[in-house]
Amino acid sequence: MNNALGKLDRPNSYIGRSVTRPNAKRLLAGKGRYVTDMKLPRMLHAAFVRSPYAHAKIMSIDISAAAAMPGVHLVATGADLAKLCKPWVGTLDHFRGMKSSPQLPLAIDKVVWAGQAVVAVVAQSRALAEDAAELVEVAYEELGVVTDIDLARQEGSEIINPDLGTNLSFTLKVESGDVEAAFKDGAVEIEDVFHFGRHTAVTLEPRAIIADYNSSEEQLTVHHATQTPYQFQDLYSRYYGIAESRVRVVAPDIGGSFGMKLHVYHEDMAVVGLSMLTGRPVKYVADRMESFLSDIHARDHRVTSSMTADASGNILGMKVDDVTAIGAFSSFPRTSVVEGNQVVRLMGAPYRFRNYRGDLSVVFQNKVQTSQYRAVGHPIACSVTESLIDGIGRRLGLDPFEIRRRNIITQDMYPYTSPTGYKFERLSHEVCLDKLHAEMDYPRLLKQQEELRAKGVYRGIGIAMFVEITNPSPAFYGVGGARISSQDGAIVKITPSGEVQCLVSIGEHGQGTETIIGQIVAENLGVDRETVRVITGDTDVTPYGGANWACRGAGIGGETAFQAAKKLKQNVLAVAAAILQAKPSDLDIQNAQIVDAGTGNIRIALSEVARISYFRSDTLPDDVSPQLTVAHHYSPKGYPFAFTNGVQGCHVEVDVETGFVRLIDVWVVEDCGRIINPMLVNEQVRGGAIQGLGAALFEECRYGETGQLENGSLADYLVPMAYEMPDIKIFHVETPTRDTELGAKGCGEAGTAAASAAAMNAVNDAIAPLGAHVSQIPMTPQRLLRALGKV
Amino acid sequence: MNERVPIELEVNGEAVAKYVEPRLSLADFLREELELTGTHQGCEMGACGACLVLLNGKAVHSCLMFAVQAHGDHVETVEGLSQRKAIADIQQAFHNNNALQCGFCTAGMLVTAHELLSRNTTPTRHEIRDGLSGNYCRCTGYQAIVDSIVSVARSRAGNVDTPASPGERGTAS
Amino acid sequence: MKARAFKYFRTQSLEDALQAFDRAGGEGCYLAGGQSLVPSLSLRLQAPELLIDISRIESLTGISRSGNVLRVGALTRHAEMLTSPEIARHAPLLRRAAPFVAHPAIRNMGTFGGTIALADPSAEFPAMTLAMDAEFEIASLAGTRTTKADGFFRGLFETGLQPGEILTAINIPCFGNADRCVFDELARRRGDYALVGAGVQGNFAQDLVSTIRIAFLSVGSTPLRARHAEAAITGRALSADAISDAQAALGDDLDPEDNEETSATMRMHLARVLLGRLLGRLSQPDCMRQDEVT
Repeated sequence: MNNALGKLDRPNSYIGRSVTRPNAKRLLAGKGRYVTDMKLPRMLHAAFVRSPYAHAKIMSIDISAAAAMPGVHLVATGADLAKLCKPWVGTLDHFRGMKSSPQLPLAIDKVVWAGQAVVAVVAQSRALAEDAAELVEVAYEELGVVTDIDLARQEGSEIINPDLGTNLSFTLKVESGDVEAAFKDGAVEIEDVFHFGRHTAVTLEPRAIIADYNSSEEQLTVHHATQTPYQFQDLYSRYYGIAESRVRVVAPDIGGSFGMKLHVYHEDMAVVGLSMLTGRPVKYVADRMESFLSDIHARDHRVTSSMTADASGNILGMKVDDVTAIGAFSSFPRTSVVEGNQVVRLMGAPYRFRNYRGDLSVVFQNKVQTSQYRAVGHPIACSVTESLIDGIGRRLGLDPFEIRRRNIITQDMYPYTSPTGYKFERLSHEVCLDKLHAEMDYPRLLKQQEELRAKGVYRGIGIAMFVEITNPSPAFYGVGGARISSQDGAIVKITPSGEVQCLVSIGEHGQGTETIIGQIVAENLGVDRETVRVITGDTDVTPYGGANWACRGAGIGGETAFQAAKKLKQNVLAVAAAILQAKPSDLDIQNAQIVDAGTGNIRIALSEVARISYFRSDTLPDDVSPQLTVAHHYSPKGYPFAFTNGVQGCHVEVDVETGFVRLIDVWVVEDCGRIINPMLVNEQVRGGAIQGLGAALFEECRYGETGQLENGSLADYLVPMAYEMPDIKIFHVETPTRDTELGAKGCGEAGTAAASAAAMNAVNDAIAPLGAHVSQIPMTPQRLLRALGKV
Repeated sequence: MNERVPIELEVNGEAVAKYVEPRLSLADFLREELELTGTHQGCEMGACGACLVLLNGKAVHSCLMFAVQAHGDHVETVEGLSQRKAIADIQQAFHNNNALQCGFCTAGMLVTAHELLSRNTTPTRHEIRDGLSGNYCRCTGYQAIVDSIVSVARSRAGNVDTPASPGERGTAS
Repeated sequence: MKARAFKYFRTQSLEDALQAFDRAGGEGCYLAGGQSLVPSLSLRLQAPELLIDISRIESLTGISRSGNVLRVGALTRHAEMLTSPEIARHAPLLRRAAPFVAHPAIRNMGTFGGTIALADPSAEFPAMTLAMDAEFEIASLAGTRTTKADGFFRGLFETGLQPGEILTAINIPCFGNADRCVFDELARRRGDYALVGAGVQGNFAQDLVSTIRIAFLSVGSTPLRARHAEAAITGRALSADAISDAQAALGDDLDPEDNEETSATMRMHLARVLLGRLLGRLSQPDCMRQDEVT
């Protein structure tokens, strides 16, 4: 590895090391502090009356019995909150022509999905609030329900948002090269229709929020289990008309997020208003049933796609038609069309064909909103591409590794611009593919597969290459008018005892943000990482920044801290040089001692420099003014995104009598650029892969024709559990980005991006001898048995 | 019907006497009344395992019983187990292996691991995964949790693994 | 998800419990392990005025053998099915089914009597009482009575228990030397309710089936015995032909629910596959030894 900074034998060299997470000890002792755990003085609890119908007019609401119940402090309707909160619209300018209707915290005239919040009840306890909610009477008149993506677009269909006049939110065409000519020239063509189930994040800690409005100071404090505190500061300020400086959002320990905890939720917006109306802190924790009904869902795509290649297996072109349904509104502030946008742009990303056409249609329906959840769009683009390329290979008698080798973008081709407009700085497809081939011992697996097939045992091997979007620049949201920051900030200071405090705008949700920032700062300053305290998640304290989404914590937040620490080191050395009457360039810091850069001899302790700076600055020359606190902000300026890549392998056994799939082995080879902490990267990749495997085999929000979610509980919505999941073998290739000094890219979505694709290819490989094929996830026993012609 | 009834029980070795509404779950009692918030709730229907505590030494879902049912019983939570160092080696192994991310499932995982290792001192990976089958973790992918329990079992049996220095877990494992 | 308010009554006396139910005038509900009842209350699917906690009634506990009958107290926890030597020896079908019952912590609290009284068609143990030809002891203010498992499960969550009656114990004919039993199920994930599950217990004379009882779960509104399948193999050796006849006969035995996610056709198919595999295992004379519990 060509690693200029991470030489592991230097003192205080932490970048590249698997160090443990200091903050995990607190969590292990049961001393985490999540919003769900918090109690404030005089705090009240909210519960919501929800629509039982997917589409209905609200005819009347009678709150009298609920309001009269002892212990109830407030029963608020949509009209009550509309007096305080401005409506929001989930569109962005750069998605041209996109439509969505205004939204308010609670429904007023009509409900558009089953589970939508209609009335809020605030009481002394959650149980009492639920008691009172049962007494609220809402009369509805049912409307036609739109669930099917084709019927939704037909002439004469029920229109969910009459103000828009259509159930089509957005369409997009991405075209490059001459697709029709490519298909005419192709020797072989594969077409398929793929279905991707709706699924959802299922963070173990549900959404949780406490809003505390203090009218005497017009100050709003929100304790919020969110990934993006500053985004919510901005939104609460603007939509409730409170000065930005008087809105404080605090995100303490958070029980999982995965992209789900950065969207505006109707209940969360309502809770702010409820606190303003009651003048007391109001807490709302979505229970699990409410999570399924109101958290954003994701995926839900139907993709018709074809790929063509010449007789040697060189892919010539690809056509994609993606229809995705997003619920009744586009979510806010990031919209619900980003996933579709990424689907049509990530198609074929590892390969070098030039002729491409992608059509996207984004459709409204009477279900809860979809939006960004881990690996937005990636699993869909990857599954479609990787399934079709396998199909081409099968048709031409080319092994899955071979067909990919013939088509990947090679080292001599960078920088490379994809037909969909993505700019790749440098990826490492060949190395990753070869590594996977070796590590999975592919020849052995093939041999074993053949032997077992003779005994009626059907095993399959699947591989899937992926490209992941990380480190987004303002091109992602800012350009569309969203007040979502693509920059991050870090404040690093030396304390009077010579310890280090670092405040960063990126947040900690268990992925290890505080740990890697501690590693980066400690290494760049030259101190023991145990002495670096990292503070996150409080808009009154931490610097302004975009925080955690789209895999930007390490790449952007990490670079920010990297540069801040470097600046601070220069400031420390300037003071030390004045004290020692030396030149700063002759000094260095090691183990919190100022040393001679050349010899390493200790000159003065960092703590002594700090003591003099803070308490005896009178002893310093007049022109020396110690600056032992440094703030630094950074936003990507070079490539609009830092793309990462990798390849996954999956080995399965299909019980062809029952349709059950057993995961035997999973391999991931990934390249996320500079690795700051291999153990934490591995954990991100593993956890991500498991979410992809859950999607492949288990997870799906199932709706009936009337728009009711039929499996909205943890007993019915099947998340991946320990017994069914395999050990995952992870291997790394490191291609640092040159856009930053740190060189890190993101790794949070790599696991999810290709796991379902590899699993689907593996299952199809297993059942191919029986003439069966599936193009739908999750691959349930029933779907497999149907594919096998058994039922 | 909201009237409170007296209960007396032992929680983490301390005698507790309180008046509670019969409908208060043991989980809510521990969290709200005793402020033992190490016990979490992820589903309130016994499907996620975040709320596991020991009831008279056995792992149970504190969301699947009412506090009144625990009258006269001994309840132990992650705070109590930590305090008396009953799971110190498991916690250390979890820390070394990074067998937790957000930490919300962790108390339940620790209670399951503690009980599993008390029933079966030499569990296989398969048995560990079976034992964990009711504990949901969305972050880790479970492998590091299984690794941790394996390493505790080995070290308790006297076969002190050179605990994989995290660095070595960096590449393949 | 908080339960509606209720009153709570705990007693160590069976008589007091029965009387409390009687006094509640139809608004009472017994609480034993609570592993199904409590979530149902939290979801407000049920809202009794009075919960009568019977979990500390001594006479409902314990496992004992008398002659050829094993008496299993209704409060026996599921976890004990995995650890009790009496169960392993005299009611091995319960031992074999127990690892499939939910998850370890649920098994620590859930009771044998509770799961039978609830009669969830997807639960393992109620169906196994059919396969074992068990008999239920039932107490009421009028006295005690017994009834066979056959005929007890009448409809979805409906049993032969009259309001106020308490299932006190389950009597199981002891497993004999010439008996064999097997259990398996097809569940999406470990501990989930199965798509289909079955237990088979038979008595063999050499390799011929003398008597056999096949009980299914998750294929109808109640736990079900597959009597036609039983008849198809009684008196025969478990040859491939015999097994195939039993599989075919299931069509007359089972009435699986039909829905989008799990069609009736699929459940029937899976039931046939499962039965074939179970009978294949049962046909091995040493199946009780090699049938290692997982």
